[in-house]
Amino acid sequence: MNVLLDNLSLYGDGLLGTVELTVYASVLALVLGFVMAAFRVAPVRSLRAFGTAWVTVLRNTPLTLLFFAVVLGLPRFGVVLPFKLFAIIALGCYTSAFICEAMRSGINTVPVGQGEAARSLGMTFPQTLGDVVLPQAFRSVIPPIGSTLIALAKNSAIAGSFSVVELLGVYKPLNEMGYSIIWTFVWIAVGYLLVTLTISAVFNLLEKHFGVAR
Amino acid sequence: MTTALYDIPGPRTRRRHLFYGLAASAVIIALVAWIIFLLFDTGQFVAVKWNPFTYEGIQELLLRGLGNTLKAFAYAAVLSLALGAVLATGRLSEHRALRWVSTLVVEFFRAMPVLVMIFFVYVALKVEPLPALVTGLTLYNGSVLAEVFRSGVNSVERGQREAAYSLGMRKTQVMTHVLVPQGVRAMLPAIISQLVVALKDTSLGFLITYDEFLHAGKLIASNLNYGLPFIPVVMVISPIYIGLCMLLSWFANWVSKRQKRNPKVEAVEVAAAEPGPLLPGGHQPPTA
Repeated sequence: MNVLLDNLSLYGDGLLGTVELTVYASVLALVLGFVMAAFRVAPVRSLRAFGTAWVTVLRNTPLTLLFFAVVLGLPRFGVVLPFKLFAIIALGCYTSAFICEAMRSGINTVPVGQGEAARSLGMTFPQTLGDVVLPQAFRSVIPPIGSTLIALAKNSAIAGSFSVVELLGVYKPLNEMGYSIIWTFVWIAVGYLLVTLTISAVFNLLEKHFGVAR
Repeated sequence: MTTALYDIPGPRTRRRHLFYGLAASAVIIALVAWIIFLLFDTGQFVAVKWNPFTYEGIQELLLRGLGNTLKAFAYAAVLSLALGAVLATGRLSEHRALRWVSTLVVEFFRAMPVLVMIFFVYVALKVEPLPALVTGLTLYNGSVLAEVFRSGVNSVERGQREAAYSLGMRKTQVMTHVLVPQGVRAMLPAIISQLVVALKDTSLGFLITYDEFLHAGKLIASNLNYGLPFIPVVMVISPIYIGLCMLLSWFANWVSKRQKRNPKVEAVEVAAAEPGPLLPGGHQPPTA
């Protein structure tokens, strides 16, 4: 118990770091994932190919390798950014592949007849998309995106090993100060549970509010 | 391609799409060309940086790293399948205490980052990197696989269980002869996809100084004599690593397609080749 109370600011900074990484990387992943999903369902073949390549490669890349390449590789091209930004880029790009797949399969759950009906009523493409297809896709996409973002929050632990302040990295100074290592980790675990269960709760609420009644 | 998004294009639309396609291709080609130019411009293709890969010692170092990666993966895969089977049995048990304990274990380890477990075992229990890595991977993937197994068994049509019971089979017989074979067959794609996750996560061993593939690469990359060949190392390592994972992913997809035609899984819906469910706290995504 003392570990937490004595080092509240250390734990607080760590938790804040994890939350920040999660939030910024989530925004990047959602935006990129949306763009890639749009590419993957576009009628233009080269964009589809690009989207498919992006998803296939990133989904099969170990995140540590991606961190390794981004954090240590980009500076070789003269791109010098704070480590935190590198970590957000790596996490965001990696997660965008999973978000893209979730969104694409969400769009594919909308029956073809919905689009056909909308067009035969004379709706334009933006109307079909915005008023008919996307609202229906949005509903079925909530749970998979929630689980992807939880995975993102957990993956952010890797950033700690690449000189970014986050929750897991807290163990190092505490270990050197000679605190009980078991309790140190117990409180780290509680921190992560806090983050993942919060995301889970938010998405369960969203699901309850917008979800499809089955 | 039929989709809810647009009709089959007419001649004018096709011309417009052709124009978009050419423009998009041009942008993509320009992007690739720019990256290649940057690679040349920063001197990544000079002989000093690539020569080391012709040395036998370096090749051996890389192969040893790859071997260690595959070794960790093999241990983790076998152990997590075993742990998954045990935990799934616990969760499907009729004894409340057993069910309760396994649910707690599964939910906890699914909600925890793998890296936290790996570091905990490595730092607190002071074991060698390999057992620490394998333990962490096993706890996490075993818990996820338990959920995959369980949802497989639960998604077998109710009539199968009822028919088996009415034939006079016992609880264990119903499980082992009727439900598990069908459930596991249907879940095979999801199980293999989870193994892809395990293979990818072996790279976390790099962070606890396990001398796996990435670690071997780091050793070469930080050698001053070779002109710090960081980018060449990434260009050699990533295709191999990503290729291995892709191979396993494709295998999962192939199995998924094959199982859908298998008459032995008629009573279950075959899972998509995607990693298992992750949302902790009760809710299960529809595609278990």
